[in-house]
Amino acid sequence: MRRHSDAQCQIGTMSVTSEKDTSAEQGLSIENLSMRFDLPNGSHVQALKDVSLDLKQGELLSVLGPSGCGKTTLLNIVAGFLAPTEGRIVLNGHQVFGPDAERGMVFQQGALFEWMSVRDNVRFGPDMKGMPKSESAEIVDHLLDVVGLQDFKEKMVYELSGGMQQRVALARCLANDPDVILMDEPLGALDALTRERMQSLVLKLWKETGKTIILITHSVDEALLLGERLLVMAPRPGRIHKEYRLPFADMGVGADLREVKKHPDYAPTREEILNMIWNMEEEIMGRTEESA
Amino acid sequence: MGQIFADLGGELITLLISVVGALPYVALYVGLILLASFLYTQVKQRLSATQDYTSLKTVTFGDESAVISNKAASVISIVLIFVIWGAFTGSSLLPKFLHAPGPFVGEATFTYTVEAEDGQKADATVNVLVHEAGEKPEAPVVAENDGIAKDDALVVQAYRSKLLRWDANDEVTRKGGAKIIAVDGQPIDRDTDVQVGFGRVALTDKGTLNFEPSKGWQMENIWLPAPESVWKRLISVSQDGYQNVTLAEHLSYSLFRVIVGFALGAAVGIPLGYAMGLSNWFRGWFDPIVEFMRPVPPLALIPLVIIWAGIGEQGKIILLFLAALWIMAIGARSGVSGVNITKVHAAYSLGASKRQILRHVIIPNSLPEIFTAARVAMGVCWGTVVAAELVAAEKGVGKMIVAASKFQDTDIVLMGIILIGIIGFGIDMLMRWAEKYLVPWKGKA
Repeated sequence: MRRHSDAQCQIGTMSVTSEKDTSAEQGLSIENLSMRFDLPNGSHVQALKDVSLDLKQGELLSVLGPSGCGKTTLLNIVAGFLAPTEGRIVLNGHQVFGPDAERGMVFQQGALFEWMSVRDNVRFGPDMKGMPKSESAEIVDHLLDVVGLQDFKEKMVYELSGGMQQRVALARCLANDPDVILMDEPLGALDALTRERMQSLVLKLWKETGKTIILITHSVDEALLLGERLLVMAPRPGRIHKEYRLPFADMGVGADLREVKKHPDYAPTREEILNMIWNMEEEIMGRTEESA
Repeated sequence: MGQIFADLGGELITLLISVVGALPYVALYVGLILLASFLYTQVKQRLSATQDYTSLKTVTFGDESAVISNKAASVISIVLIFVIWGAFTGSSLLPKFLHAPGPFVGEATFTYTVEAEDGQKADATVNVLVHEAGEKPEAPVVAENDGIAKDDALVVQAYRSKLLRWDANDEVTRKGGAKIIAVDGQPIDRDTDVQVGFGRVALTDKGTLNFEPSKGWQMENIWLPAPESVWKRLISVSQDGYQNVTLAEHLSYSLFRVIVGFALGAAVGIPLGYAMGLSNWFRGWFDPIVEFMRPVPPLALIPLVIIWAGIGEQGKIILLFLAALWIMAIGARSGVSGVNITKVHAAYSLGASKRQILRHVIIPNSLPEIFTAARVAMGVCWGTVVAAELVAAEKGVGKMIVAASKFQDTDIVLMGIILIGIIGFGIDMLMRWAEKYLVPWKGKA
């Protein structure tokens, strides 16, 4: 196992707001985000309340939380699919108003275009920009090499397995060279072994490309292994509960992830987060039972 | 209202009685199916004991994947239809022993007994000659005999009946108070017929005899012609035409109407469906129209279309256009609505514009639905064109069969129905093939 030399790698929590850097440097800042959905019956749901967060270019943030904590809403707002009721998203100094190629997204499944070959899927972004085929062909070849799908270039996506499809989705996102990659449970539908291999691939791509990544997951292990920073969110209203800085992502680059799990800090942190989420779930259950 | 219920109830009872009457035949047919299945398994087991995956399954009942259409059953089923058809039409394609008993043809005799007014009785013989349709045989020679009743001759065409004025040559007449009291020794009156073995003799109200030769089990040509005569008609009509219009012309007109009507319906319906799938305003505007027009059967529009556009090509094409339009519009609309939002989101976050989303995501995503709609629309158009031609047309396969039915050319009617079926099936096959070739990703999302 590769020991990490950085002294910063100790586990600890920190106030999110204290880290806030107001200088317009490269990075993504989520500022006082609130999201309220009005329901037809007159009531409303507070999906997010006053969420603030700054990500430097190249940081990998994983987001965990019980269902209903607003993780996906947060990601959809950052992607530009939803407009927040309060607050704003600022990327590299300019405010976000809608979806754009600078913020790529990898979905859990079903986002590939099954009427296109693997190659056409990967070069979709460059095609939309009007990049000449000769130029995009190079990008496609390189990325398919990286994700190990060079031999499947001409195949239709429905002929691939789930893991291969997610690799195509990653390559397609990278082909567009976005500043930020948003991942909404990208490995959630994969089997355990494929998932482990894909986790290594995500880490490798993160290090090689230096992209800012926000990864939403249901798996505490995945959040711990991949998240350079880890955000635990609490529900009703959706808010940031606790943030961790973790050394495991750096350790995991190019290493065996199962070895990383043997790190003495890994198990206690995992236990702590699991308890935290467990308690939140308990609380939700209790509240629903009361109201019922 | 009560009267309607009473009438419909009566109809229902009549129907149920016919259904009950048909039950033995249905049972016979099911028996044939099971018998063939039994024989097939016996033969197959003798020939080879296969041990493929399906044959080794212990659970096959309820396992959908274990049910594979048995080719042998299909072949036997179709052959059986032709055998039944041939057997009951006396087809020359079948060996004689497979024929159902045919109508009586030939010479035979029966006797009748006359009772004169004075109580005197006498017998006379009727020489009957039953001939097939189209023949004009001479009447059998009858020898003069003694007595008050003289022998008669009767020439009847098979499947027809004939009145015998027995007193035409007798010494006693109906006017004179004579009447027939028995046939072949069996008493006869107006309510009691006599079966004479080769037919039925009845006494009419006026006292004459009505002879009906036995029809056997075979169908008369005007009800059901034999397979070979349908085939001969196909050859002759495709070479010489029917009522001065060739078969090719009839079929081309029908197909032309379907293709043009469908093409126009698709050309308008698909963009309309897209507009309804993509815009609130268009959805609101056209939803009531489309939802109302869709359940109106196109056939119900025929009278209106004839009033408005006459019986020419225009009317037919308007009708088929309307038949295809709503189906295509609804297909395109649900194709657009069916697009997975993650695909649209993915395309947006890859930098696609609205136009590019339409071109590269929404249209390809809706193609499978549009193809399904096109298959349905083609089927409906084909059915509608035939029906419209039945009602009013100068040319077309529907016109051909309705004209033939008026002249009781049942072989042409049957030929037309078979051709309509084959073409409808061909259209569906073609659409399925096109679908497989053009939208291979259908159902693979």
